[in-house]
Amino acid sequence: MHPFTFIKAGDNNTAIKAATENAASKFIGGGTNLVDLMKMNIEKPDKIIDINILPLKEIKKLSNGNILIGALVTNSDLAYNEMIRNKFPVLSEAILAGASAQLRNIATTGGNLLQRTRCYYFYDTATPCNKREPGSGCSAINGYNRIHAVLGTSDKCIATHPSDMCVAMAALDAIIHVQGINGERKIMFSDFHTLPGDHPEIENILQKGDLITAVEIPALSFAKNSAYVKVRDRASYDFALASAAVALDINNGIIKNARIALGGVATKPWRATEAEQALIGKQVSANSFKDAADIALKNSKELKFNSYKTELAKRTLISALNKIGGIA
Amino acid sequence: MEKKSESSTDEIKTGSTRREFLEQVSVITAGTALSVSLKAAKLPTNRKFYQEEGTVEVSFFINDKKMTLELDPRTSLLDALREKLHLTGTKKGCDRGQCGACTVLVDGKRINSCLKLAGMCEGAHITTIEGLAKGDQLHPLQTAFLKHDAFQCGYCTPGQICSAVGLIKEGHAKTDDEIRELMSGNICRCGAYQNILEAIKEVQKS
Ligand SMILES: Cc1cc2nc3c(=O)[nH]c(=O)nc-3n(C[C@H](O)[C@H](O)[C@H](O)COP(=O)(O)OP(=O)(O)OC[C@H]3O[C@@H](n4cnc5c(N)ncnc54)[C@H](O)[C@@H]3O)c2cc1C
Ligand code: SF4
Ligand code: FES
Ligand code: FES
Repeated sequence: MHPFTFIKAGDNNTAIKAATENAASKFIGGGTNLVDLMKMNIEKPDKIIDINILPLKEIKKLSNGNILIGALVTNSDLAYNEMIRNKFPVLSEAILAGASAQLRNIATTGGNLLQRTRCYYFYDTATPCNKREPGSGCSAINGYNRIHAVLGTSDKCIATHPSDMCVAMAALDAIIHVQGINGERKIMFSDFHTLPGDHPEIENILQKGDLITAVEIPALSFAKNSAYVKVRDRASYDFALASAAVALDINNGIIKNARIALGGVATKPWRATEAEQALIGKQVSANSFKDAADIALKNSKELKFNSYKTELAKRTLISALNKIGGIA
Repeated sequence: MEKKSESSTDEIKTGSTRREFLEQVSVITAGTALSVSLKAAKLPTNRKFYQEEGTVEVSFFINDKKMTLELDPRTSLLDALREKLHLTGTKKGCDRGQCGACTVLVDGKRINSCLKLAGMCEGAHITTIEGLAKGDQLHPLQTAFLKHDAFQCGYCTPGQICSAVGLIKEGHAKTDDEIRELMSGNICRCGAYQNILEAIKEVQKS
């Protein structure tokens, strides 16, 4: 592991200032992704800024009914929070479908948003990878790309975004609160993560030194009727090959409103707005769910070993819709 | 059966006996060692392998005993326990959060000590497998693991037991399936899962 100096930040401003001044510094939340990547010499910060004593550990209900989740709230505390379980079961289920109980006990909300891909070539410093080493080439496009994305890819990178939590947050239109050297701002979830395009090394719109302080989940009454379905190689403790976060507002068998996001198949947490639109006004039925799934995957770009993902993602989405729509 | 005979023809075709195979492996190993030492020779001489400057001082309570260590900031909690404090009950499996062998309890919560920087544990109360028994009296989970034969080689066992202590305290697992799911962060290469489940259930009930 590359040597680094270690400091503890006592308040947000100190953390932000230290991070802005040193281009090779990194905040550490739980460390479950960063330390792993440092051990592999993929991340090589020369300064680690421990943010764990900052006062960002609360889950609060705001006066407008929205819920504000501090960036240091652990994945376990968020998933088992009563408000989240009752009002946003999709978020609780998504988090509990990821990693292990031990990891969720330390992983933070902010760190989860910024976790990096699990593309095995990204991890293997012996192989070219545009994300790890811009311009070196992508080993996956013509390599063994079974776990890779079919949506949002570019000719530079096809790596999936690995987070389960983020898929639920995409469906819930979360808002990310950020504090930087020039003050505070809010970022819509759909704008936060970027597509690989020509620059897969850039994964979000944060600027150097930006500290994520919280994630806000807007009140959404029908979110209590939501679910997360995840398909992976083993029954537990593995990343998604395909996943779906859905919420449906159903009145007398008619869909009034819908939220759909997909994971495991796209280069960023993937909101499927066109599929949502297609469901509105339709009867809850196997046919309308199938149509929505076809629309969600219509731009799927398959490669040699991941072509199965188109059908897998459709079935995963249909299964989540069936669960919420009450179709057996 | 058919598969077996197929693979033995394969062996005949490639003409590799077990002994030759082992020889090939040792040649490869020697080759790897050689290339590593060549690479090492090319490294700049001023590269620091041990960081003397900018160490971190950390004080924490390990099994209720206060300890103060001065560490290279890169030291994981796992390495601090094993290499500095010689508490080798906590095991290193993958060193990357994937197996659970390194599970310890930090402020009562089970975590993977391999991904935790020791410097982040200032003031923390850490319980390892060595700290679960009270004198000669084993922790109920230790007794239950013995009774139910919940291990073979025992390598995963300290992690399994610490994880189970955390699981019971969390109180989210009611059914067998829920226990299995919430213990999935602990891999057992010997496959003692069924007996681990029985041991946990027994302690949960009491
Ligand atoms: C074996 C294993 C299996 C896993 N399985 C899954 C899975 O199935 N599904 C899943 O979704 N995830 C999975 N994970 C990933 C896990 O969810 C992430 O590692 C975790 O959420 C990261 O959170 P952290 O707090 O530990 O982040 P850290 O490692 O601390 O940080 C990650 C990044 O975020 C930055 N950062 C952290 N906090 C902030 C902040 N407040 N502001 C700005 N930047 C910040 C850090 O600088 C770093 O770059 C798995 C991990 C492991 C090791
Ligand atoms: S898919 Fe992306 S992360 Fe994987 S090798 Fe290609 S460029 Fe690297
Ligand atoms: S050694 Fe920590 S999880 Fe494997
Ligand atoms: S008893 Fe051998 S690995 Fe679990």
